[in-house]
Amino acid sequence: MNRAAIDLWVGIFVALGLGALLFLALKAGNLTATDVGETYALQARFDNIGGLKVRAPVKSAGVVVGRVGEIRFDTETYTALVGLNIDKRYRFPRDTFATINTSGLLGEQYVGFEPGGDSEMLKPGDMVKKTQSAMVLEKLISQFMFNKASEDDSSKK
Amino acid sequence: MKATDLLRRLGHFVTDRLWRLGFASRFLMMTVLYSGTALRRLHLTIREVYFTGVLSLIIILVSGLFVGMVLGLQGYDTLQRYGSSEALGVLVALSLVRELGPVVAALLFASRAGSAITAEIGLMKATEQLSAMEMMAVNPIARVIAPRFWAGVVSMPLLAALFSAMGIFGGYLVGVQLIGVDAGSFWSQMQAAVDFRQDIMNGVIKSVVFGAIISWIAVFEGYDAEPTAEGVSGATTRTVVTSSLAILAADFVLTAFMFRGE
Repeated sequence: MNRAAIDLWVGIFVALGLGALLFLALKAGNLTATDVGETYALQARFDNIGGLKVRAPVKSAGVVVGRVGEIRFDTETYTALVGLNIDKRYRFPRDTFATINTSGLLGEQYVGFEPGGDSEMLKPGDMVKKTQSAMVLEKLISQFMFNKASEDDSSKK
Repeated sequence: MKATDLLRRLGHFVTDRLWRLGFASRFLMMTVLYSGTALRRLHLTIREVYFTGVLSLIIILVSGLFVGMVLGLQGYDTLQRYGSSEALGVLVALSLVRELGPVVAALLFASRAGSAITAEIGLMKATEQLSAMEMMAVNPIARVIAPRFWAGVVSMPLLAALFSAMGIFGGYLVGVQLIGVDAGSFWSQMQAAVDFRQDIMNGVIKSVVFGAIISWIAVFEGYDAEPTAEGVSGATTRTVVTSSLAILAADFVLTAFMFRGE
């Protein structure tokens, strides 16, 4: 086989391979997702973040508006300090309520934003004041059990 | 057989293996050192990419398709028990991109291209072509070995990417077209779960490492083969066995580094 034909076949092969890589990146991966637009940083304190992970989504009304940037433990207040990177296009009022929710029964955890009614908006670097921790299933169950037990006690008397 | 005899054999076996490992390492260094020619006379390398990469295309594409289709069937069977058959896309894509793509493509590549490289170089040595080159002041490592080595390193990630893409297509065919999983959630859940840097790039890094391992073993076994018919056939077998084991071992080490579950 002469050199030109080999070059042609190798060219086809390399183009196919790079095409496959592009397919994986665009169709299978999330390279196109509007993931890292311009963002600004907010912070929030939680008593318990449950299973929240870095890069978990921040959602408001179910729409992804940002990502969790960093998670730290604050030794002064003994709470979790969560850095949130919010999309520049979205502003939230100062009394926005941040909660940690779970998508589905066994799904991943995300930060939910419920906007309040304040006319002033959160500025970059601000702290989200009102937060609610993650629901810890064991705590819920034990609460339920205690309630049940005390109900049984009172009904016996 | 006396006990001392046994001990002597064991010692001989161990020192022989260590000697070969040392020679193989020195050989790899020489190959990298003399690879200037393989880059300057690029057509030598391109020719080898044709023989290792292009001729492996069919087996890689067909195997990828079948592996993906089997993943689709098996994954659906398990997932639908938990009522989450929409996650089929995630399962197919992640298992292909992270593990099966690089590993199975590398195993196929070792038996398809690695054995051919060993046999070719071994036969060149048996027919004294390598010695003839040295007589003509042509360095056989620069002229014969380095282009084959780099061709393997270049071809492997491309083949692995093709394998994964073909496998995802096969999973799509079975999952969406045959079984009837919703196409929208198949793709969107896949896109939400597969991360470009964490999953796809790590898969590419894996396949580059596998390509280097296979090419290294293949050219070394060929160069080191006894210049007889049995010697060449033994070297070819050793290439396939050693590189398959090396791939699986290296895969474990790389996976332990890459996916420790943060």
